[in-house]
Amino acid sequence: MPRLEPSAWSCSGAARGRSKTQLASKADEMLGNSVSSPSLTLVGHGARTSSPSSTLNGSQHLVQRSVVLFVVGAFMALVLNMLQIQRNVTLFPEEVISTLFSSAWWVPPCCGTAAAVVGLLYPCIDSHLGEPHKFKREWASVMRCIAVFVGINHASAKLDFANNVQLSLTLAALSLGLWWTFDRSRSGLGLGITIAFVATLITQFLVYNGVYQYTSPDFLYIRSWLPCIFFSGGVTVGNIGRQLAMGIPEKPHND
Amino acid sequence: MTLTEKLRERISRAFYNHGLLCASYPIPIILFTGLCILACCYPLLKLPLPGTGPVEYSTSVKDYSPPSPDGGLQHGDLSERPDWYVGAPVAYIQQILVKATVSPWQKNFLAVDVFRSPLSRVFQLVEEIRNHALRDSSGVRSLEEVCLQVTDLLPGLKKLRNLLPEHGCLLLSPGNFWQNDRERFNADPDIIKTIHQHEPKTLQTSATLKDLLFGLPGRYSGVNLYNRKRVVSYTVTLGLHRYDARFLSSLRARLKLLHPSPNCTLREENIIHVHFKEEIGIAELIPLVTTYIILFAYIYFSTRKIDMVKSKWGLALAAVVTVLSSLLMSVGLCTLFGLTPTLNGGEIFPYLVVVIGLENVLVLTKSVVSTPVDLEVKLRIAQGLSNESWSIMKNMATELGIILIGYFTLVPAIQEFCLFAVVGLVSDFFLQMFFFTTVLSIDIRRMELADLNKRLPAEACLPPAKPTGRSQRYERQPALRPATPHTITLQPSSFRNLRLPKRLRVIYFFARTRLAQRLIMAGTVIWIGILVYTDPAGLRTYLTSQVTEQSPLGEAGLPPLPVPGGVLPAGDPKIDLSVFPSDPVQLSENQTQQREQKSGMDPRSQGWPRGPEGKGNGQTELGTEAEVTWGAEDEEIWRKLSFRHWPSLFSYYNITLAKRYISILPAIPVTFYLNPQEALEVRHPQEVNRYHPFLASSAARLDAEVQPDQTSSKLQSHRDVTLYKVAALGLASGIILVLLLFCLYKVFCPKNYGQNGLSHSRRKRGDLPCDDYGYSPPETEIVPLVLRGHLMDIECLASDGMLLVSCCLVGQIRVWDAQTGDCLTVIPKPRLRRDSSGIFDYQESWDHSPDTKNGLEDSFESNHQLKRTLNPPQPPLFCDQPDLTSLIDTNFSERVKVPESETRLRSVANRQKETGYDFSSLVGKVYQEHGTSNSMTFSGFSAPHGQAAFCVGSGSPRSRSCGTEEGICGNRRRSLGDETFMGFDKASSLPSWGGDLESSVWSLELQGNLIVAGRSNGKLEVWDAIEGTLRSSNDEGQSGITALVFLNNRIVAARLNGSLDFFSLETHTSLNPLQFRGTPGRSSVPSSPVVSSLDIIVCQLTHTVSCAHQKPITALKAAAGRLVTGSQDHTLRVFRLEDSCCLFTLQGHSGAITAVYMDQTMVLASGGQDGAICLWDVLTGSKVSHMYAHRGDVTSLTCTTSCVISSGLDDVISIWDRSSGVKLYSIQQEMGCGASLGVISDNLLVTGGQGCVSFWDIGYGDLLQTVYLGKSNESQPARQILVLENAAIVCNFGSELSLVYVPSVLEKLD
Repeated sequence: MPRLEPSAWSCSGAARGRSKTQLASKADEMLGNSVSSPSLTLVGHGARTSSPSSTLNGSQHLVQRSVVLFVVGAFMALVLNMLQIQRNVTLFPEEVISTLFSSAWWVPPCCGTAAAVVGLLYPCIDSHLGEPHKFKREWASVMRCIAVFVGINHASAKLDFANNVQLSLTLAALSLGLWWTFDRSRSGLGLGITIAFVATLITQFLVYNGVYQYTSPDFLYIRSWLPCIFFSGGVTVGNIGRQLAMGIPEKPHND
Repeated sequence: MTLTEKLRERISRAFYNHGLLCASYPIPIILFTGLCILACCYPLLKLPLPGTGPVEYSTSVKDYSPPSPDGGLQHGDLSERPDWYVGAPVAYIQQILVKATVSPWQKNFLAVDVFRSPLSRVFQLVEEIRNHALRDSSGVRSLEEVCLQVTDLLPGLKKLRNLLPEHGCLLLSPGNFWQNDRERFNADPDIIKTIHQHEPKTLQTSATLKDLLFGLPGRYSGVNLYNRKRVVSYTVTLGLHRYDARFLSSLRARLKLLHPSPNCTLREENIIHVHFKEEIGIAELIPLVTTYIILFAYIYFSTRKIDMVKSKWGLALAAVVTVLSSLLMSVGLCTLFGLTPTLNGGEIFPYLVVVIGLENVLVLTKSVVSTPVDLEVKLRIAQGLSNESWSIMKNMATELGIILIGYFTLVPAIQEFCLFAVVGLVSDFFLQMFFFTTVLSIDIRRMELADLNKRLPAEACLPPAKPTGRSQRYERQPALRPATPHTITLQPSSFRNLRLPKRLRVIYFFARTRLAQRLIMAGTVIWIGILVYTDPAGLRTYLTSQVTEQSPLGEAGLPPLPVPGGVLPAGDPKIDLSVFPSDPVQLSENQTQQREQKSGMDPRSQGWPRGPEGKGNGQTELGTEAEVTWGAEDEEIWRKLSFRHWPSLFSYYNITLAKRYISILPAIPVTFYLNPQEALEVRHPQEVNRYHPFLASSAARLDAEVQPDQTSSKLQSHRDVTLYKVAALGLASGIILVLLLFCLYKVFCPKNYGQNGLSHSRRKRGDLPCDDYGYSPPETEIVPLVLRGHLMDIECLASDGMLLVSCCLVGQIRVWDAQTGDCLTVIPKPRLRRDSSGIFDYQESWDHSPDTKNGLEDSFESNHQLKRTLNPPQPPLFCDQPDLTSLIDTNFSERVKVPESETRLRSVANRQKETGYDFSSLVGKVYQEHGTSNSMTFSGFSAPHGQAAFCVGSGSPRSRSCGTEEGICGNRRRSLGDETFMGFDKASSLPSWGGDLESSVWSLELQGNLIVAGRSNGKLEVWDAIEGTLRSSNDEGQSGITALVFLNNRIVAARLNGSLDFFSLETHTSLNPLQFRGTPGRSSVPSSPVVSSLDIIVCQLTHTVSCAHQKPITALKAAAGRLVTGSQDHTLRVFRLEDSCCLFTLQGHSGAITAVYMDQTMVLASGGQDGAICLWDVLTGSKVSHMYAHRGDVTSLTCTTSCVISSGLDDVISIWDRSSGVKLYSIQQEMGCGASLGVISDNLLVTGGQGCVSFWDIGYGDLLQTVYLGKSNESQPARQILVLENAAIVCNFGSELSLVYVPSVLEKLD
């Protein structure tokens, strides 16, 4: 639950009237946008800062993979944004769309880039560590992982928790469960934690500089559940990246 | 044994037993499962349907007080109180329902009069409401205090800004259309247009502006031109932000007092509270859709892994059904135990599915299909289950554990989710065990049945069940394809996973089912239907107008009906129309004149609801007295509104009703009766004008009877125009649709799909070959080059790419041009058979001739004479022969130089073609001069020709002696020449070619332009393919030559008696005349040279392996310097080609060898009568693999780089993996076509059928194309297929050959 509904609604009129939109609710939506969007964006920031990805395979394959990852990341960013923008979306689609695209245009590209970097980073680190990832390497599992990730976001957006601590603990447990169910590799855990840490740092930095803000920060300037989201996002994108790196032709016909 | 192991053992045993049970009684178990599912889903019926529909709760008005915000306990006793009924509602809605009518109605009124004056009263009413104030002890309360104050409209609603109230009370009435301004209303020339201008053109489920302002559905308002009842209804809608009972009751009382509704029976008891659920906007829809997409991707990727089963789709469906019904069961069970789901089912559903997962199902399938195939189905299922039992249980326990952890998060939503998931997991397990396992057992059984048929026979231990399997299989299929010749059954193997052209599959699937076309068609039909129905100029209005035309208010009445005159008052249109426009105020006059009408007929009055029929005159003169009735249907008229009415109204002001409720107070009835004068007063002059022309023009007419017809026809024509418009629109869109579909069709079916008119007849005649997907690629009709000429069935066929040699049963050999299909040579020409004796005579005489020149001349002459004398009835054969004497050059010393010098340039391979000095060219020239066709290269001519060459050769004694500078080739040739000459001592004369007509040709080989034919009497003949001359002959062996190999200059003949003869074929350019002379040639040396050009071809027996095999040699192949023989004595032998040394004897077959294949990689494949195929390594002589291939003889065998392709007497073509010997798949062929197959390239196989050939992709077993050869319906099976180099194939149809170029196949090769 990224923000508290009643507060968002009660102060919709005056407090948050921001410059771009006339109606307070619009502004509120935008806030919701910017609250949720960094979650994915900063995964990218973190990943970018950690280390550049090396080229494992042919550049062609690499480019293909990064394009796929970019698209996936951008799409997920859009979708999860929308997931966060809940309640009272106007009945007029063009309004919604314009709001979405005007306020956070930079979110999907950033998330796409982030996803590409992370998705390339995971198999790269696997190969450097010399322990190829063999656990549940199939697209069905990847799909399941994505679904669980969306579910975690969904839960964080929609469920009513008693307090933030409970929410954060639950999400942390869910993220760890995600890692254990679909990854179970040390490198995955390490990379995920790194990503979560760096991304949280960057978010703090951004918020401190006033790029955007959170409705009810409880962890310095941001929400305490953000690292969990970063972590599970990193694991998910890494899962996709590993599966892509395995390549399509490896069909399970060698039973 | 630890506890774990014990547990494991027990679980495994339990699963084993369970598997046996499921596989033994599939049907009862499936029925039982179905009953369980239904029983568990039964409680779901009580649940409200999911959706965003509002929920209602009604309370009594009497002691209503707003519920306390904390959902307190004051109404704790009311158990049915919904939990949302907490706190004050968003708004109270008070509707004042107005019904108004003009009464009495006058016939001369216009249709607009029905609603214009009633609507005009709304302004007054609104004023009354606005100004209402309650004065009591506590002071004066006006509406402003009570009502819901609204602020700005949303910025996107600029066009509604003037129509909906802003910054004030939420008070909606139809007057808002005119900004609550009476003057505006009066000035509005077209009310209908004003009302409808904001109506959306498209289908819309949410409330329209008209609905909002009228407060009731449009069709109940009565504001249209065809209102039969002439009662107009609308509401004034008030939004109140608090409930003030006294104010409202005073308002109610006052309105009732002002506008009494005498017969109103509305019960005004209940306040309805309407709770709206959460709305799903687009921003929430997109994540939802995404989760569903992910879900489907998950299901797709999961079910894709189901493999090696009979019906992939069936099992995938069963898996999905398992998961879905387990979810339903879980919800049902939870409901049964009193747990109502509060979560949004649609949202959590994908997550539930993902959590429950399809993994177990897949694991089960995989485990079962990987059990040994030869087990019984029951045992396979049981074994598969027990193999995976432990992991299934472990996974189950893990998942349950995880979910139980989730239960301790103490978040209600997560707890509920977990609860559902747990119950879902358990029920999923139940369904997996019972439902899916049973379905799997049925599937496996089906696959076994189909598989048994394809199983191969040489497993001698055919259990008796297999024939029944076959018959069952045939029972299953015949309905579809009775005589299925072409079914390809792919063995489910790893090979199949490599299918690449998936998009092609999809496209083919679409093309086959025409799915897209059908969907688009259906969609368009629906769309057009909707369009036509809802279009303003469309069907609906047309229909309504049709209906209302029956009524008098349709203005354009029906033609007069014969109604008994005395009963009905006669309408005199002329009178009342002439009165009507004059002065609307003259009402009394109007009435009096109406009174006069009663004597006549008034057709338009007969349909009136409360017509004057049977009533007194007095009533008629007042027109009809309309009466406003209030019925039960008016009680809660807002219910008939769209359920999005209130949410959309409030959303305009950015107030959400999601998860909140509004309270709707009982409506206040208001009735207006307007007198006609009022109606006339408010009439807009333009309205009068608009409707005037019709009436005025008609009034000018004297003929009263014609007038209605006129009007009606005009109106009718007006309507017709719109109808035509609609029709034209529909037609145009139809045409566009057809074009679109056509384009789609073209896109989807790029080939000439169904363009062949013949395809249908073909389909009837025999089933089309199709692959295992049931897809028959488009068949192609190709007109082949039909090579006719043989009298009997063609026995042997050989080709070297340029030429094609065929031999029929009677021994006639024909040489065809493989490019053009021309018959070049016939050997022997049937009518020339007797000529041989003449040549013999000649040759004998020639031998005795002392002088070469004389002898030659003599021989020519004698030859001619002999021919003439011996064959008097055949003049064309020789009378058209040119006189060749001019060609004979007696100056031998000059002539020699030329051939010798050119001999150096010659190579062995093309020596025949590049004969330096070719007599045939000379002869041909002469022939042309002579004016005869030189295609008559009958054999009789060759003898003198040969003699001439001999003469030339003998005339050059130095050529041999100074030929030492020639290369190795030349040296060898010379040395061989020596042999030849030595042989000449013993050599007999030229062979008696053609004398062996009784013997048939058993084998045939072609290289260059030399044909080697092996005859049944053991004679080996070498023919010149172009000239049809016998070049050499060897009849040493008496046993029939069963197989021949002609490789470079070596000929190997395998004989019936098992012996193997190695011949070498040598050429000589010149001969020593001395030696020539010295070789009068009466000995019995096997090779006897026959020379057509300068070359002397010597076919010499170099080696004989007399007893290569004990039994006849049936197969012979040579490659890579090795020669392989296969014999009926069950063995194969490998010889080295150069020294005829036997390297290996390969034993392994238990029957006669019937087919042998060997290629340059030294891999040898052999097939025998035992139906087995053995792969050998020729280098080491070891057996690589052994496959039981066919039920019966292996008839032919060929290999590509990766596959071995065999065909057998059982008419099955099997494709095997070459390295592993695993059967990839097999193709069922037509009867009698078994042996006909050819490999065009590494991945293209061509097989013969009834009058057709089919091309298959070897790698995937896909039928690429079926090519029908010609239109002849009496198609014979292609018994032999020979692939030429240029992607042409030659098929052998009885006595005909078909030469087919398959360019379309060539494209696929690249």
